[in-house]
Amino acid sequence: MARITFIEPDGTPRIVEAEPGMTVMEAAVKNNIRGIAAECGGACACATCHVYVDEAWREATGHPEAMEEDMLDFAFDVREASRLSCQIKVTDALDGLIVRVPEKQF
Amino acid sequence: MTEEVIRTDAVVVGAGPVGLFAVFELGLVDVKAHVVDILDRAGGQCTELYPEKPIYDIPGLTVVTGQELSDRLMDQIKPFGAEFHFGQRVESLERLGDEGFRLTTDAGTTLECKILVIAAGGGSFTPKRPPLPGIEAYEGTSVFYSVRKMEHFRGRDVLIVGGGDSALDWTLNLQPVAKSLTLIHRRAEFRASPDSVNKMFALVENGDVSFKLGQVTKLHGTDGKLSSVTVKGADGASFEQKAEVLLPFFGLTMKLGPVADWGLNLEENLIPVDTARFETSEPRIFAIGDINTYPGKLKLILSGFHEAALMAQAAYKYVYPDKKLIFQYTTSSSSLQKKLGVL
Repeated sequence: MARITFIEPDGTPRIVEAEPGMTVMEAAVKNNIRGIAAECGGACACATCHVYVDEAWREATGHPEAMEEDMLDFAFDVREASRLSCQIKVTDALDGLIVRVPEKQF
Repeated sequence: MTEEVIRTDAVVVGAGPVGLFAVFELGLVDVKAHVVDILDRAGGQCTELYPEKPIYDIPGLTVVTGQELSDRLMDQIKPFGAEFHFGQRVESLERLGDEGFRLTTDAGTTLECKILVIAAGGGSFTPKRPPLPGIEAYEGTSVFYSVRKMEHFRGRDVLIVGGGDSALDWTLNLQPVAKSLTLIHRRAEFRASPDSVNKMFALVENGDVSFKLGQVTKLHGTDGKLSSVTVKGADGASFEQKAEVLLPFFGLTMKLGPVADWGLNLEENLIPVDTARFETSEPRIFAIGDINTYPGKLKLILSGFHEAALMAQAAYKYVYPDKKLIFQYTTSSSSLQKKLGVL
């Protein structure tokens, strides 16, 4: 079990528990995190589950692969810390993960 | 633009898997259908969002991709000869007394039907609007999400944002007519076809197109007339970019669209239906698939198939009010087999 903190667009931190194997996007949707639309349901095809990974967790979550990097072109205000949360798999090593949800997904 | 009115029994809005299967179920009970979809091909989300992704929960098919499922459904409904109106969105719905409806699409197609089946999934695919403050004020005058008339851009300072095929194609096509053309993308890699990317860089080399790395953060102008935008460059520093016209290409998102104005009861952008007929609050208007809601609703393709079958039974009674529908199986009914062209 990993605890993930989502900082919602208005600054509210929401701590949720996620099972290893699920994605960070699924953990968000299951817990009604505001700002994660996940229109395509995790197919890496819509860029509406965009998050900013907290500096301290950038190494642990890894970097986007080519397909995710392509899809990030369809996100708004993309930064170094940008990831699509449907492409981050939850593991025990991510216990304590902090991600920020952008103001708007579009 | 056509003045001719198409008359049919049913219009299905949405050519996703559920809309396609609706054609099948309606066809079995002799209800002829026309299908309208905003995309330029069948399949809806299946082909637009995940053509290559495997689907594992279609009964009888261990695994099938979105594209394959759509292709198989198109094949399955072929005997019913439904007509498709692709690249069009139904804009308005007018009631024709108690007898049916007149629908008009944004391409000017007019359809008159006895029943309407809304199988629009998550809504119609529309271009994403970048969340830039005040962008609405510029839409239609300086900000465009598609190009209808190239002439509109003649002699203007055009700014295109994005790195996909739309952004690249329009960079190449509008460069000869625009006064200046600037392409802005967040990185030097593109998801567009390599040929377009090469052509674009050749134009940049020639000084005909200006390519800059960055992301637009602010719009400047007055009364809907854009004059410039602020761009956050790759190095994090912001700069100002002159632009009379902005074309942002950030892909598509699903919006309910004009369905919201058809006088139907809605619950959080979904259409409540009864679970015996899948009819909406309006008689003769049905809603099936992801767009409807009822107690226990699951957004599964297979649920949409079930809904299509029951909808067709109810639709029959509107189209053939004096006839009695006899329930039959495709395995044994020669009349159904004739319709399917297998007998």
